[in-house]
Amino acid sequence: MIFHAEPIEFVRQPGPGAPVWRGRAADGEDMLRFAISVHRHQGRLAALWGEDRRQHGAGYRLHCVFALDEGWPWLSLDLAAEGDQCPVYPDLSGIFPAANRMQRATRDLVGIASDGSDQRPWLRHGAWPADWYPLRHDAVHEVGVGVGFDNFPSDYEFVKVGGEGAHEIPVGPIHAGIIEPGHFRFSVVGERVLRLEQRLGYQHKGVEKLFIGADLVHGARLVGRVSGDSTCAYAWAYADAVEAACRVEPPPRALMLRALMLERERVANHLGDLGALGNDAAFAFGLTQFMRLKEDWLRLNQQMFGHRFMMDRIVPGGVVMDVDAAALAAMIEQCGVVRGEVRKLRALYDAHAGLQDRFATTGAIDAALARELSLSGMAARASGILLDGRAHRQGYTPSAPYAQLGVRPVTDERGDVAARVAVRFDEIYESLRLLREIALGLPGGEIRVDVAPLGDAAGLGVIEGWRGEVLVGVRFAGDGRLARVHPHDPSWQAWPALEHAVMKDIVPDFPLINKSFNLSYSGADL
Amino acid sequence: MIPLLRHIFRTGILTEPMPEAEGGPQREIDRLHDEILKVLGRALTIREVDAGSCNGCELEIHALNNPYYNLEGRGIKFVASPRHADMLLVTGPVTRNMENALRIAYDCTPDPKLVVAVGDCGCNGGVFGESYASCGAVDNVVGVDLRIPGCPPTPLALMQGILAAIRTTK
Repeated sequence: MIFHAEPIEFVRQPGPGAPVWRGRAADGEDMLRFAISVHRHQGRLAALWGEDRRQHGAGYRLHCVFALDEGWPWLSLDLAAEGDQCPVYPDLSGIFPAANRMQRATRDLVGIASDGSDQRPWLRHGAWPADWYPLRHDAVHEVGVGVGFDNFPSDYEFVKVGGEGAHEIPVGPIHAGIIEPGHFRFSVVGERVLRLEQRLGYQHKGVEKLFIGADLVHGARLVGRVSGDSTCAYAWAYADAVEAACRVEPPPRALMLRALMLERERVANHLGDLGALGNDAAFAFGLTQFMRLKEDWLRLNQQMFGHRFMMDRIVPGGVVMDVDAAALAAMIEQCGVVRGEVRKLRALYDAHAGLQDRFATTGAIDAALARELSLSGMAARASGILLDGRAHRQGYTPSAPYAQLGVRPVTDERGDVAARVAVRFDEIYESLRLLREIALGLPGGEIRVDVAPLGDAAGLGVIEGWRGEVLVGVRFAGDGRLARVHPHDPSWQAWPALEHAVMKDIVPDFPLINKSFNLSYSGADL
Repeated sequence: MIPLLRHIFRTGILTEPMPEAEGGPQREIDRLHDEILKVLGRALTIREVDAGSCNGCELEIHALNNPYYNLEGRGIKFVASPRHADMLLVTGPVTRNMENALRIAYDCTPDPKLVVAVGDCGCNGGVFGESYASCGAVDNVVGVDLRIPGCPPTPLALMQGILAAIRTTK
C-alpha cells in the first residue's frame, strides 16, 4: 500500500481491528516528507512515541501514527544510538502542532529529541535528572521514599504576555473542584483571557515503565487504569493491538459485547458531562437530574458486569464475562427509560434562556483550527468534522462489529460549548439505539479464545472512545512479555484546542469551556 | 419554569438511607449528625485532593453528591480550599510530581484534621506501586487516619469510610 505516491511501502496489519498500515521511513527526511503529505491531504497526527531497542543490538525507534481517510498509517523511524547522547529526528510540530508535547514527553522518557526549538521538559518536573531516561532499558534507580532521586520543584518558562494591564492568574495544580491536577496559567486583561498556557504532567505515574516486562494479563489491568473514565476504550484498544500482534481473532460474540460495554461507557460519561455542564452554568437542576440517570446506569453496569465502570472485563482474546437474556432485557428497558428522560431534559435545557446564553458562542473553535490541531472525537465532531472511527465513510470501513451496526455519526457546525452539548445529547440517542441493536442481534458462541504471545511481534489498536480516538501500541519481547506499550489519549490533541477555545472569552467562562471538553489529565500524563 | 418544577416534582426524593459504618454500631441519620457536631462542632467539610489517580476514584466521589447518596444533604460538604476543610480525601498513588502539592495542601489544612486515603492506589500504591514517578501510598507522604480500598471504591464504601474516619476521632 502506498499513500499519496510517497515512496514508503505500507503493509496492512492483520486481524479484525481498525485499518492500520505499518511502514518504515528510511530516514528523517523521508518521515518529514510523509508527514507533509498527510497534512496536505487533511490528515492528522494521531500519536507519537519512542522506543529503546538497543538491547536488540539496534538503536532507538520513533513511532508516528497518522490518521487519513482510509485509516491509520503507522510509520517507524530507526535512530542510531551513539553513546549516551540523545539521537535527534526532524521536528514535526511545524506541520502538526499537536506533535509539540508528544515530542517533549518522548525526550523526557526515552531520550530521543526533535530538532525543534521548544525543548522544555513536559512530563519531567524535577523528580528525576535531565540525563536519566526512565524508558531506556538500562535506566535503573532505587525506589522508595527517601531513596533514589531528589525531588526538586522546577521552574517552567511560561510564555509571557506583555502590555498595559496584562497580568497572570496561576491556577493549580490542585483545582477547586473534585478533578485531576494540572496547572493553568492565564494571561488576562481585566476578565478577558488573552492567553492560556497549560502545564501538565502532575499525573505522571510512570505507567509506560510498568508495562515493560509485564505479562499480557497484567498489561490489561494496567491499560484499564490509564484513564478510569475510558477504561473500556483502553482495554479494547489494547486487546486489538495484542490480537493483531499475536494473530488471534476474538469470537463475534466477544466483539459485540465489547461494543456493548464501550457504548455503555459513552452514555455514562455523556450523562455525567451534561449534568456537570448545566451545573457550571448555575443550573443545579441539570446536575441532579443527569447524575440520577448516571447512577441508575452505573448500577445496571454493576448488575450486568459486576463492576460499575466495567473495568477488567475486556481482555485480549475476548471478554471475561457473558450476559444473559434477563440482563439484556433489563438493559433494553433501561435504554427506553433513559431515552425518554433525556428527551425531556433536553427540552428543558433548550428552553432555558440563561443556560443557552452561557453555552452559545462560548469557547468556539472552527473546523479549520480543529483540523490543524489534529483534534479527534466528540470535540472534533462539534466543530463540524465528520470523523467517527465507528462509522462508515468514503474509503473507510469500521472494524467489527461497528461495520454491521451502521453508526450514524453526529456533528454540529458551531464549535462552541452549545455544540459540544448538542453532540453529547445526540450521541446518547445514537448509543441507546446501538445498545438495543446489539442486545437484539447478539450472536451466540464463545466469548474468549486463548492468546499466545508472539515474540517480537507488534500491533496497534484504535478505538473511538467517548472522548475521541484512543490508541494503544504494543510490542512483545522475545520471551513473550511486553517490551513496550504506548497508550495514547485523545486529550493530547484536545488540550491545546482548549487553549485556543478560551481565547477572547472571559475567565468565569473557563470552567464551562473546560468541562465542555472534559479532558483526561491522567490519560495524557501517563 | 412550570415544566421544570413539574419535572422536579415527578422525580421526587430519591435519597437512600445512610449505610452503616463498617464495624460501627447501628445508627440513624440524626444520630450521625449529632456525632459530626460533637466531633467537629459543625458540619464536616472535605477537601478532595487527586494526587495522581486514574480519575476512576473521582467518578465515584462525584457520585456521592448525586440524589441517591446526597452527602451534602447530610451536612458533609466538599470545599474548594484545604483551609476550609476538616478532612482531606486523597486519591493516589501520589505521583512525585504531586508530592509537594499534597504536602502543601496538608499543611494548609487546620488541625484537628483527618486524612482519608481513597482507593487501592491511595491505600497501598495499587497497580502503580512505587517507582521513579510514584511515591505509592498516600501514607508515604502524609499521615493517614483511614483507608478506603477498592478500584474504585463504590460510593457506599466511600460513605462508610468517611463515617468510620469521623468515629476514630472520638
